[in-house]
Amino acid sequence: MLSKRLIACLDVREGKLAKSVKFVNTKDIGDPVEKAIEYYNDGLDELVFYDITASSDKRDIMIETVEAVASKIFIPFSVGGGIRCVDDATKLRMAGAEKINVNTAAVKRKELISECAYAVGSQSTILSMDIKQVEKSEKIPSGYEIVINGGRTPMGIDALEWAKEGERLGAGELVVNSIDADGTKEGYEINLTRMIAEAVTIPVIASGGAGKPEHLYQVLTEGKADAALVASMVHFGEYRCSELKQYLHDRGIKIRMRY
Amino acid sequence: MITIVDYGAGNIRSVQRACNEIGIDSVVTQDPGTVISSDRVIFPGVGAAASAMENLVKSGLADALRETVKKGTPTLGICIGAQIILDRSEESNTTCLGIIEGTTVKFKLNDPSFKIPHIGWNNVTITQPHPLLEGIEDGDEFYFVHSYYPNPSNENNIYALSDHQKPFCCALGKDNLFATQFHPEKSGRFGLNLLNRFSTWDGNPS
Repeated sequence: MLSKRLIACLDVREGKLAKSVKFVNTKDIGDPVEKAIEYYNDGLDELVFYDITASSDKRDIMIETVEAVASKIFIPFSVGGGIRCVDDATKLRMAGAEKINVNTAAVKRKELISECAYAVGSQSTILSMDIKQVEKSEKIPSGYEIVINGGRTPMGIDALEWAKEGERLGAGELVVNSIDADGTKEGYEINLTRMIAEAVTIPVIASGGAGKPEHLYQVLTEGKADAALVASMVHFGEYRCSELKQYLHDRGIKIRMRY
Repeated sequence: MITIVDYGAGNIRSVQRACNEIGIDSVVTQDPGTVISSDRVIFPGVGAAASAMENLVKSGLADALRETVKKGTPTLGICIGAQIILDRSEESNTTCLGIIEGTTVKFKLNDPSFKIPHIGWNNVTITQPHPLLEGIEDGDEFYFVHSYYPNPSNENNIYALSDHQKPFCCALGKDNLFATQFHPEKSGRFGLNLLNRFSTWDGNPS
């Protein structure tokens, strides 16, 4: 039986690990390659790097960082942040990323999803969605709206519809990121995650809000997510990947325990 | 020296990096002659069977692979490489290499909680011993990402099963050819160990 996955996301700016609070960068906090290796050795199932390099002329450093990580860790590794065209996607794949995540650029031009799926395969094309809860309306019947620019720009697109559209266009997996929950450490947005997981046939990765091991358990059961993405929970020594997995295993979740 | 066959089906460099990690030299080639004259061959691949076969046939690599296997060269197929060694794939009804009898089929599941593609870590249960699977224990998981899987006609070509609502073949082989649906180059230490065993395998399945 397939295991649930623990995925860690590292924000990387100009080749360095960055601590960003609600998308406002504060400082560099270390070497992403070292962190990646640490998590790999500690049983992490999958790694995501999110490129938050502001200026586009410094983005080649990301390629180097991806190459460095890919030569050291032998688990799936995906990259997101600022992927605007198929060329960005193929360059990152060549550098060693298994999968690429598209978000804003896909919201602005949905054909990007099918173009990437065609070029690098559906299994390598992940659609990430930043979502905010709003009043239900005719335009947003689910009560959840797609936003971009770190949650600042509502797009007038219903999240459930967008998820289904993403699947139709060829995304192989979805990341459901709750802007409301992000950074709160009070738990994932369970209703939202479950709603989307039940509506699509592709795997769903829950993101945003994890603060305690209990939260992961909730989103993988009630939330029906196939994977749980964590960030600050593991970055500052609060919890180790192996500890989170042990907790989930002890509560009856099937998760990879030998590595 | 391992020859890694490049037929435009991606993930070549992941396999090469994995070989580097375990100290094995590898060379990537698109040249049929190089493949045939190699001591040891890996043909990885992700994506679709139809375009993979089209590229293989067009480049002469389809014949080269058949020839390589016929010669007795230890050969390892990964992912698409495990699917196209059968007679046919249901994916676009593609004619494949026909080295092992059987068909590559799509997951046909009737429970929506079982997602397709089958993505993530899953168990590998050995059904018959093979030198490349030696050391794999119950509970060892490997990384899968696929919507189709190999279904050999003969049980004696099946070496391991995994499970996604129901059991499916995830490792198959015949003589000096072995193939895995899962990705050893993405399966951490257990995957690297398998690649290591391949690097010294003499091609004998027993």
